[in-house]
Amino acid sequence: MTKEISLEHVWVEFGEFTAVQKANLNIAGGEFFSFLGPSGCGKTTLLRCISGFQEPTRGVVKIGGKDMKGVGPNKRPTALIFQNLALFPLRTVADNISFPLEVRGVDKKTRRKRADELLELIALPGQGDKKVSELSGGQKQRVAIARALAVEPDILLLDEPLSALDLKLRQHMRTELRSIQKQVGLTFIYITHDQGEALTMSDRIAVMNKGKIEQIGDGKSIYDHPTTSFVASFVGENNVLDATVLTNDGKMMEIDAGLGTPFKVESHPAGGPALIPGDACQLFIRPEALKITKDENSINQFDSQFVSEEFEGNMRHIVLDAQGKKIKLSLINDGANAIGPNAPVKLGFAPELGIALKPGELASA
Amino acid sequence: MKIKSPTSMVPGIYLTLFFAYLFGPLIIMVITAFNSSNFPRVSPWECFTTDWFGKLVADDKLIEGLGNSLLIGFGVVVVAIPIGLAAAIMLSQVGPKLRASLYTIFIAPILVPGVVIGLSTLIFWDRVGTFFDAPYESFFYDGTFLTIFGQVTFIAAYSMLVFLSRIQRFDNTLTEAALDMGATPTQAFVKVLLPFMAPAIGSATVLAFLASLENYNTTVFTIVSSSTFTTVLSSKVRYGLDPSISAVAVIIISITLIGAIIYECRNRYHSKGWGMIIAERPVLKYATHPGSVAAILGLLAIGAVLFIQNYDSSACTAQILEDKRALQQKLMEQQQLETPKQSSPAPTTPTLGPLGNDATSTAPSSPFGGNAGSIFSPENLSGSSNATPAAPSTAPSSGGGGIFAPENLTGNGSD
Ligand SMILES: Nc1ncnc2c1ncn2[C@@H]1O[C@H](COP(=O)(O)OP(=O)(O)OP(=O)(O)O)[C@@H](O)[C@H]1O
Ligand SMILES: [Mg+2]
Repeated sequence: MTKEISLEHVWVEFGEFTAVQKANLNIAGGEFFSFLGPSGCGKTTLLRCISGFQEPTRGVVKIGGKDMKGVGPNKRPTALIFQNLALFPLRTVADNISFPLEVRGVDKKTRRKRADELLELIALPGQGDKKVSELSGGQKQRVAIARALAVEPDILLLDEPLSALDLKLRQHMRTELRSIQKQVGLTFIYITHDQGEALTMSDRIAVMNKGKIEQIGDGKSIYDHPTTSFVASFVGENNVLDATVLTNDGKMMEIDAGLGTPFKVESHPAGGPALIPGDACQLFIRPEALKITKDENSINQFDSQFVSEEFEGNMRHIVLDAQGKKIKLSLINDGANAIGPNAPVKLGFAPELGIALKPGELASA
Repeated sequence: MKIKSPTSMVPGIYLTLFFAYLFGPLIIMVITAFNSSNFPRVSPWECFTTDWFGKLVADDKLIEGLGNSLLIGFGVVVVAIPIGLAAAIMLSQVGPKLRASLYTIFIAPILVPGVVIGLSTLIFWDRVGTFFDAPYESFFYDGTFLTIFGQVTFIAAYSMLVFLSRIQRFDNTLTEAALDMGATPTQAFVKVLLPFMAPAIGSATVLAFLASLENYNTTVFTIVSSSTFTTVLSSKVRYGLDPSISAVAVIIISITLIGAIIYECRNRYHSKGWGMIIAERPVLKYATHPGSVAAILGLLAIGAVLFIQNYDSSACTAQILEDKRALQQKLMEQQQLETPKQSSPAPTTPTLGPLGNDATSTAPSSPFGGNAGSIFSPENLSGSSNATPAAPSTAPSSGGGGIFAPENLTGNGSD
């Protein structure tokens, strides 16, 4: 099989600027792998390395165990769906979709047949004779996907293919993509800066920041056990508290966040270099990990005051103030009454839900 | 009805002046093509005639020049368009620094005077020919070849400019997409970039062809012993002009107009709004189809050609000649009365030829002024020697005329 990909110490430099640094990863055949990261972090650049439009300055890209150095994009078993889609504006929809067959010398009738099949697949039957400019943004995206599938690639590279769609269609296309992937057993490499998309669709996710891969793992481990401050703050919502490590026995840590009694949290098993007593650290607590508590004696509790509330139907997002620090709290809307203004609220969290990490760069909100 | 304020009329006046300036000369030129006067002029109007077209067709030199021009134009298009396209593609792909200097180099031939290009082309290929010891019949000394290469140097730059403005709007990811879909670089070029460039190739072709056709200052050097349309025309201007040049203008203007009308009809026909209007009106649909428009214009053109071939103005021209002869006779008699022996003939000579058909006109009344008039006169005399019977009879009377001496007359007439 030629479907697995490995990047070994891949660097991409544009003059002085380093777009990708030391990317190391293996993607298995048939995997749905996502790159998640803020704009400009080098996702597209990495994808272009895989598809062959960008030679890495250093390092090796292997597809199916073969070094791809010097192999042109038209010779690689990949198909890329471009961020701007790159549909051919002068060709009809069907001619766009059958372009890969056309350049392979497939005859016209077969081409048309295949195009119609693919149009069926992307739920645009009978629209083959339209001009590309007559399609809506979402339809264009689907045509781009169909065109890429017509290549019959082993690896499909998707650069934010759903970004132009409205929410409903996006969700629909997500399941669609996922089922196409399962159906044809392709390796999907998917770029997005929509976390929900990455979390719901991917087998594994790589979170990138400024050209560096910060963490690779499945959705749950990325969300529940971030290993860097950037990942913790970029994926999902998080409360950040600056704190100091008091004790660390390898299983549990005691840290002082300046909010009354020191907190007890689990030492992170994969959290990189261990934090030792006296180290500064950042404590991350997810808004949904915090609970309102009445119990004076429970661990990890602190006082705060109500500031405001945002109502989102199924969830209530409450902003509180704990000694000058803004704390976000998410509660399921269970019909409970709103908290009054300036009311004191006692908050607590379980030791396994607080994550202490070495201080690092946070994702800007 | 409101009375327009003077300021609101300014744009109208401006437009009128502008169009008069633009089209005035063309209109005058067209009119002169149908005046039987031997010099292209509107007034005095002599006879409506189509003879000048006949004379044009019979003018072997002009026809030969035109043939050369078309051949050269074709050659220039074939060579210059690929060069211009390649240059534009190159410019769109190199880095900004290299781009700036390359652009300057590519554009330089436009800034160099055409005369310099003509001369240097001539000298360069002469050197090359000498180096290879090529015989004089070889293409190194062939006017057509040299002219094509001389013109290509700057016409390629023109077409590059046309291509550049189009290629700047090209999305390079389209080529990448094609490559990614398995196309070879050649296929990506042919199937993606070329179709995108097609309109620019079309306009660059027209531009290059016209630029080649109308070029004079480079061609005049590189054409060597051969001739093109422009060099024939210019020698005509130098040695005597007749309205067959206006006839050329009429033909060129007609072709341009027909082309423009068909093109415009095509555009309108394919526009959205018109498509809706004719959707339910088949008659209108066929009537406004560019093909039928072209057919109608073609029929009109054929009709015009037939008319031109068959129209006979000899009666009128003969009458005019008769008048002139009578006038001249009278003048001569007068002259003999005033100065029985010899006289300074200068003021009267211009009246000799049919050119000076207005008997009282003097040299300065010629459109090109006194001196120019004297240049034209001999040629007109010779022209008239085969065109009108009047000339021979008047020629001897100019016996003492300084520059209009009979030697000149016969010299030209024997040409
Ligand atoms: N050809 C290039 N020359 C110079 N710099 C480049 C080039 N291509 C990309 N970069 C830079 O590399 C960085 C990463 O770009 P990239 O397109 O990979 O970002 P991205 O993660 O895909 O962002 P987005 O989510 O906005 O698409 C950017 O800062 C960009 O400016
Ligand atoms: Mg990108």
